[in-house]
Amino acid sequence: MSSIIDLILGFLSEHIDALILLAKIGLIVNGLLMAAAYLVYFERKISAWAHNRIGPNRVGPLGLFQSFADVFKLYLKEDIIPTLADKKFHFIAPIISIGVAMAVYAVIPFGDSFMVGNKEIFLSVAPGINIGLLFVLSMSSVGVYGITLAGWSSNNKYSLLGGLRSAAQMISYELSMGLSLIGVLMLAGSLDLTTIVHAQSGGKWNIFLQPLAFIIFLVASFAETNRTPFDLPEAEPELVGGYHTEYSGMKFGLFFLAEYANMVTASAMMVLLFLGGWEMPGLYEALGLPAGSPLIAAVQFGVFVAKLVPILFFFIWVRWSLPRFRYDQLMNLGWKVMLPLALANIVITGIVMTILKHYGIM
Amino acid sequence: MIDLYIPLIIMVAVGGLFGLSNVILAEVLGPRRTKTKTKLSIYECGMEPITSARERFSVKFYMVAMLFILFDIEIVFMYPWAVQFKVLGTTGLIAMGLFMLLLFAGFIYVIKKGALKWD
Repeated sequence: MSSIIDLILGFLSEHIDALILLAKIGLIVNGLLMAAAYLVYFERKISAWAHNRIGPNRVGPLGLFQSFADVFKLYLKEDIIPTLADKKFHFIAPIISIGVAMAVYAVIPFGDSFMVGNKEIFLSVAPGINIGLLFVLSMSSVGVYGITLAGWSSNNKYSLLGGLRSAAQMISYELSMGLSLIGVLMLAGSLDLTTIVHAQSGGKWNIFLQPLAFIIFLVASFAETNRTPFDLPEAEPELVGGYHTEYSGMKFGLFFLAEYANMVTASAMMVLLFLGGWEMPGLYEALGLPAGSPLIAAVQFGVFVAKLVPILFFFIWVRWSLPRFRYDQLMNLGWKVMLPLALANIVITGIVMTILKHYGIM
Repeated sequence: MIDLYIPLIIMVAVGGLFGLSNVILAEVLGPRRTKTKTKLSIYECGMEPITSARERFSVKFYMVAMLFILFDIEIVFMYPWAVQFKVLGTTGLIAMGLFMLLLFAGFIYVIKKGALKWD
């Protein structure tokens, strides 16, 4: 009997890295699904408050299990693929959408590493990758394929228009999004998200140093996630449901899930790049815990979430407060306002940094 | 070095498998009722579908896509510069200033040509 336990323990200690990795991936995937489920719930609740309604309150206490009931319902819906649709791409499109939305979480750190015994455990799936930010940007670019393919393969005019609009909108705002991040990179000198967070320690948050870049990034995030006021790809009065008109059941659910996952990603990027991530001046010194303790990591995760939630609330608040843009206004804003502003931000940052360096301040 | 990227690849695979399994589940779990021609036709607010979706669409979308590729490549050039900015110093600033001047001249040309006019 004891030999079997020894065997299991031996196996566990031999493959400890792989097991930790699996545990982390499991936690991330489940956490993301829970976050998306409760975002949908709060979206509905907040919209109800904005409309002076009650909102979901039947499934579970205060309607807290509403999203899970919805998911079960979606699984049990008939799957309809229109005869005219391109079957292959109709099948692949939702997989691309949700796949890239999840893959991004490989590089997002939620806190510093902590020690268990002499084992260092990082609070991200793939720690130490020095191109973390590039990976996030590239994956969000691949996300365009999911939506465009969904629109095209449905062989529906509304879907096609939704897909095209969404592709044009997402690539237009990706430019200003990419440019707004350059100021942050100049300050941090790295593409690694953990390094960028550490560069903001001591209250030097990028939102104070790069306020214009933050506003550009914020607006571009709304456009990238296809949220109001930029939700033209699924503008329901003109395009029925946009790119997901011809999707039913859980295939539609995957697009829905991807949208909310992308919202969490965009908010997490704002926290990491502009709001100092898990940095909070004076908090960790006041706690007086030794460096590398798991408690510190837990507090850091708490700080991260505490910064994440207001931004997510802001996303939902904006959706139920602002009307939709017209398409030419959207394109004008993206190309003729945000792009020059983002370029100006880089030039100003460069000149100010050089002057400060000249006088020995930085 | 390559070890660092293994978790990344696994995460991409997990995302893809999650999508794949859910799409298959959706096809397996859903009820199979009789499918009529009308049910399987595309949805156009309940009207009989007219014309095909495989028609020509506005050339503006191509323009935007082409301009995106041009500008995106310029931005990609800026990333390594931004990361190394503190090392490059004033020389780097002047070099990038010239580069951006050229980029901005191209941008003005595009606007003046009316390539981004939507009406």
